Amino acid sequence: MSETIDQNKRHFLGMATAATGLVGAGFAAVPFLSSLKPSARARALGAPVEVPLGSLEPGEMIKVVWRGKLVYVLRRTSDMLKRLSDVTDLLRDPDSLEADIQPDYTVNEHRSLTPEYLVVEGSCTHLGCAPLPQFEVTPSSDWFGGFFCPCHGSKFDLSGRVYKGVPAPTNLKVPPYSFSQTNVITIGIDPSDT
Amino acid sequence: MKLRFCILISAIFFTPVGASAAVKKPLMSANNDIYDIESLQRGARNFMNYCSGCHSAEYIRYDVIGEDLGISQSQLKEYLMFNAQQTFDTINASMTPEDASGWFGQAPPDLSLAARAKGTDYIYTFLKSFYLDNTSPTGVDNVVLVGTSMPNVLWELQGHQKYLQNENELKLEVYIPGKMNEEEFNSFLRDTSNFLEYISEPVKIKRQALGVKVLFFLAFFMILAYFLKKEVWKDIK
Amino acid sequence: MTDNTKKIENNSKLLAWIDERFPYSETMKEHITEYYASKNFNVWYVFGVLAMVVLVIQLLTGIFLTMNYKPSSEEAFSSVEYIMRDVEWGWLIRYMHSTGASFFFIVVYLHMFRAMLYGSYKKPRELIWIIGMLIFLVLMAEAFAGYLLPWGQMSYWGAQVIISIFGAIPFFGEALVEIIRGDYSISDITLNRFFALHVIVLPLALIALIFVHIVALHEVGSNNPDGIEIKDYKNDQGIPIDGVAFHPYHTSKDLVAIIAFLMVFSLVVFFAPDMGGYFLEYANFEKANPSATPEHIAPVWYFTPYYAILRAVPDKLGGAIAMGLSVLLPLFLPWLDRSKVKSIRYRGWIYKFALTTFVISFISLGVLGVLPADGIYVSMARFFSILYFAFFLLMPYFSMIDKTKPVPDRVT
Repeated sequence: MSETIDQNKRHFLGMATAATGLVGAGFAAVPFLSSLKPSARARALGAPVEVPLGSLEPGEMIKVVWRGKLVYVLRRTSDMLKRLSDVTDLLRDPDSLEADIQPDYTVNEHRSLTPEYLVVEGSCTHLGCAPLPQFEVTPSSDWFGGFFCPCHGSKFDLSGRVYKGVPAPTNLKVPPYSFSQTNVITIGIDPSDT
Repeated sequence: MKLRFCILISAIFFTPVGASAAVKKPLMSANNDIYDIESLQRGARNFMNYCSGCHSAEYIRYDVIGEDLGISQSQLKEYLMFNAQQTFDTINASMTPEDASGWFGQAPPDLSLAARAKGTDYIYTFLKSFYLDNTSPTGVDNVVLVGTSMPNVLWELQGHQKYLQNENELKLEVYIPGKMNEEEFNSFLRDTSNFLEYISEPVKIKRQALGVKVLFFLAFFMILAYFLKKEVWKDIK
Repeated sequence: MTDNTKKIENNSKLLAWIDERFPYSETMKEHITEYYASKNFNVWYVFGVLAMVVLVIQLLTGIFLTMNYKPSSEEAFSSVEYIMRDVEWGWLIRYMHSTGASFFFIVVYLHMFRAMLYGSYKKPRELIWIIGMLIFLVLMAEAFAGYLLPWGQMSYWGAQVIISIFGAIPFFGEALVEIIRGDYSISDITLNRFFALHVIVLPLALIALIFVHIVALHEVGSNNPDGIEIKDYKNDQGIPIDGVAFHPYHTSKDLVAIIAFLMVFSLVVFFAPDMGGYFLEYANFEKANPSATPEHIAPVWYFTPYYAILRAVPDKLGGAIAMGLSVLLPLFLPWLDRSKVKSIRYRGWIYKFALTTFVISFISLGVLGVLPADGIYVSMARFFSILYFAFFLLMPYFSMIDKTKPVPDRVT
């Protein structure tokens, strides 16, 4: 103990070194955590998908896969569109007010860019099962047709809006999409990006 | 053929550590600079126009090239993407490997990693070293890679070279001039090899830039740790 | 102030709760805050902790590489390029791993040389040395298995050559080679099992052995540059007078060494990840091609001394035996060395001369292992191989007759 020990200096140096070490560890963690994100290949494979609508008849639905997810494209008949307003009272969020479920440009009764074509993700918002299309039903007081999830009985109308009193908490998700040509929908690109 | 190819290639890598001399001519220096973005842009254009007909570069994506070399999406589509639909595609050759095998005897190698496997100078020298040889099916042979099945795709630019052997020295001489003079052709090759070096490791520039920052940080950390150590060791003795 | 005291009280309560169920405080004391090691450690004493740092780097980067690597002959090569290009920051993780492999050997070789300088393998530390040698053997296997994984030309042909060495064993050599490969040649199957060895079997063995290595070390205590036992002189609290606690004294010193190491490591990772073709061999940027051997095959630099010994013997079996011996001989150092003193500081000129000769031979063999085996190089390799073996085989004699200096009681 030849020199006197300055406890403050020692404390400061200890803290400064520890803090720098922690900052360094934080920086070092970034590459590792970032490497877990979807890679360039995953992003390439998850690229926008073009869906030609030419052969889709009114009342018909096709399933496409975008980013490995099932997407339903339904061409609604005028009768189907009419039913959208009849069902409002039975729905939990008829005006699609809940955020992040659909892009802003589809916040409307038909939840789509044009009334005729509905584009929703075919994944029940409860636990991810694929809801079954049940379009042709005799309308009753509690079921006007739409999508029915076989796993836990969630019901959605013909705009993918969720019914009250079912396990699914929100409406079906609407992916970003746009019309790249008159009769072609591109799933994965907002209209503002084209 | 392949074996011969490999022998030559490996002979070239290992010359620095003293392999037997299978190469008669030392490689010329490409004098390229991967920090020269304009050279890389020209190299990209050269590659797409002259190489990508036969050679793929299956590990490099157009959008990566676009971002690194400051080429916009529309420019990519207009000037570079001859064989691709989407900007995230990798570079495919126009011809299929099956066709190529039929025409050349073997499929032209993928060039993504060529510069790392063989060296940038090798590519530069190779492309410069074709000479007329009427015994060869392609009409040319190459000093660097004797018996190559690659035709001299750049003859229009370079002209034709003749193989001269005087005073025990091997020399190639342009004897039918092409569209470019020697200087122009050299810089064409420099850009092209530069681009090949870039695609062999697109992250190189970022890597070095990050390295400087990391070293500065560690140096700072080192100073603190050193003083802490000195402080703590005051207890001893 | 009262808040602080309360916190401390709560902390000690939690500690007491844990200590009743797990020897936490006891372990920390025994191995960290009250583990006493000599105060005169010099720079040679940092390589143990640096080896631990490299181990952590390898484990961490290895885990993240495993998430993107595909152990199949079709996909392995391109999955490495996928990591280098498509995976965000994948290039950094991969370069850290490939650089870490070489640095592992650098620090382990220096760590072993330290033991030879200061007689750290001598009684009572024979077991530490033997466990350490086992760690070295597992590390070699680990590195060898890992080198096949990128499935480049050097991966393939290097593995071909090294595995063939086992074929030199009489009677069952060929059968053994087939069992190692799992096929009649190196193939997808070989790659798949080497992957299993590289990511599970050998790392587990490595970690277990390192744990035992440290337990054994802490049982007998660390050696020091004077090669004397600090435990022989204790103060009235039973603490070695020349010892200082591992924490904070050696830890603060080690931290400086670790940062210095990381700077060198970063220089390579960021500015020369191929290290001129020695850390990443150029031929390995070409996919494995079973129909074309590169003209010159050299193993990665850290195997080249042993490889040079293999090639120095003009007989397949003889070469294999010589190589095996050259790797295993150091295992017997505790009994080959019959000197009365541990540290080089108190040995005579004979040992110093012998050790210098050994170092020169080892490095020369390393260089020769990279060079092609022809002409003068073969003769040189033979010459240095003889010196290498002579060092171990003559040690019982020269270490005994070597005139030693008197060893002080306390560290200097």
